[in-house]
Amino acid sequence: MKNKREGKVIFSPYERGDAVKKVVAISREDVLFELRESILKGRGGAGFPTATKWTLVSAAISDEKFVVCNADEGEPGTFKDRILLLEYPELIFDGMVVAGYTIGAKKGIVYLRGEYEYMLKSLEDYLGEMRKDNLLGENICGKIGFNFDITIRLGSGAYVCGEETALIESLEGNRGEARNRPPYPVNTGYLGKPTTVNNVETFAAVSHIITKGGSWFAKFGTDKSTGAKLFSVSGDCEKPGVYELPWGTTINELLEIVGAKNTKAVQVGGASGICIPKSQFNRKLGYEDAATGGSIIIFNESRNMLHILKNFMEFFVEESCGQCTPCRIGNVKLLEGIEMIENNNYTFSYLNHLKELGKTMQVASKCGLGQSSPNAFLSILENFKDEIFNNGGNNGK
Amino acid sequence: MLVLEKNNITEEIEQLVRKHGKSRSSLLPILQDVQRKHKYIPDFAQQEIARLLDIHPVEVYSVISFYAFLNTKPKGRNIVRLCKTITCDLAGKDNVAKMIERELGIKFGETTKDNRITLEYVNCLGMCDQGPALLVNERVYSKVTPEKAIKILNEIK
Repeated sequence: MKNKREGKVIFSPYERGDAVKKVVAISREDVLFELRESILKGRGGAGFPTATKWTLVSAAISDEKFVVCNADEGEPGTFKDRILLLEYPELIFDGMVVAGYTIGAKKGIVYLRGEYEYMLKSLEDYLGEMRKDNLLGENICGKIGFNFDITIRLGSGAYVCGEETALIESLEGNRGEARNRPPYPVNTGYLGKPTTVNNVETFAAVSHIITKGGSWFAKFGTDKSTGAKLFSVSGDCEKPGVYELPWGTTINELLEIVGAKNTKAVQVGGASGICIPKSQFNRKLGYEDAATGGSIIIFNESRNMLHILKNFMEFFVEESCGQCTPCRIGNVKLLEGIEMIENNNYTFSYLNHLKELGKTMQVASKCGLGQSSPNAFLSILENFKDEIFNNGGNNGK
Repeated sequence: MLVLEKNNITEEIEQLVRKHGKSRSSLLPILQDVQRKHKYIPDFAQQEIARLLDIHPVEVYSVISFYAFLNTKPKGRNIVRLCKTITCDLAGKDNVAKMIERELGIKFGETTKDNRITLEYVNCLGMCDQGPALLVNERVYSKVTPEKAIKILNEIK
């Protein structure tokens, strides 16, 4: 099962414990230095520099701190964490131990989405093996006073819990409703203690950075988006799956690799991302251009873009947690707008109102869900207006 | 509910509280365990959880109502969930859905008369490269065709 995947960074050779053994021999400052060198940015999609986050948490003064691994992979079209959790758990857990060492936490929590409950047993067993090898527990790898352990907590089917403050609320036993920020989790996180919440893939990258060096990692990718990224490719192509590619790869190159033909559009970043039409396939994947947590969904010429958009909006209507008005009501209104187009009883002036509403949601919603849910609506109506509106009244059917 | 049943539930929840701890952050794991065993969280269980964790029953109900995988109404012995998000949709989940509905004689959201299966839709299961995906209790099936779906359903007890 091991190392059958190709990749120069995340899928490069790694043995369990490599990063942990190395990290106990160096100081916290050295770890933060390597991370700064690597310019690693959060792999969940938001792209916050990991070094900055960990520096803030390690600087916070508290008797207790937490490391949280966000394995609530719920974005439509994303499944890279599934591959990492099933095939490369050593990268994730070692990365969490490194985080514990760096910020001074004793406890790590993996928040695993409820849909992935079938992995729970193998992950628990893996943690057991790590405890036997003294990669978890007390005085890890002989480092006196370095105690750290990891527990796994399950979600229960709520997309919004992938948002870090909602995730923390859920861990605390509450409804998964996002908190106001500030205060940020780096000083007021789980149980009010300083907490670093990182994506599964971020921890995996950290393990490699510690063993191979920050400058090694920064060699890959572009200036602003260093390293390689795991892309979850699905939809109309011959070879869907997880691919490790350096940042800066263009959409055209990616389509070539996965064997996609007659492609009409590519949804980058899942339902909350943007829909890129053929004319922009030379755009580069990266934080500076087409940013994504890894979700790439390919649509070929036969697909009805309005139908796709409707599927996305139905998703958001269901998954909105409902605590803030722009998101709760806004998504419903956008979905109604799509149904109007379907039934041919829309007016352009009303659709323009809805576009304004979408922009309002982007600024007025409390968390990332409502801020990004209008992206698909705005980008699909704009990029595919010919198909949707000027098709002899067929509305793309 | 019979007194005997109530006693059983109380005992069960006391055990769960011992296992997960009495703090508020144990609420979700406790609810998940009750849900896994009973396929729903009975009113009385909610009250007992509230009493033992020292929170208001409304708090417990509010948490249950938030999460898609927790529910307060009885369901079938097995919960079958079909992914309806975009890539499974493109891969033909509608055909699978129609076949399952015809074969079981129920619609999505309903439970078979023999209480064997509750049928539900679910959002993205993270199997987008192998859609359509079907979740039976906690087990995932990928590349489900109408024919394969019926075979899977027939094997469920």
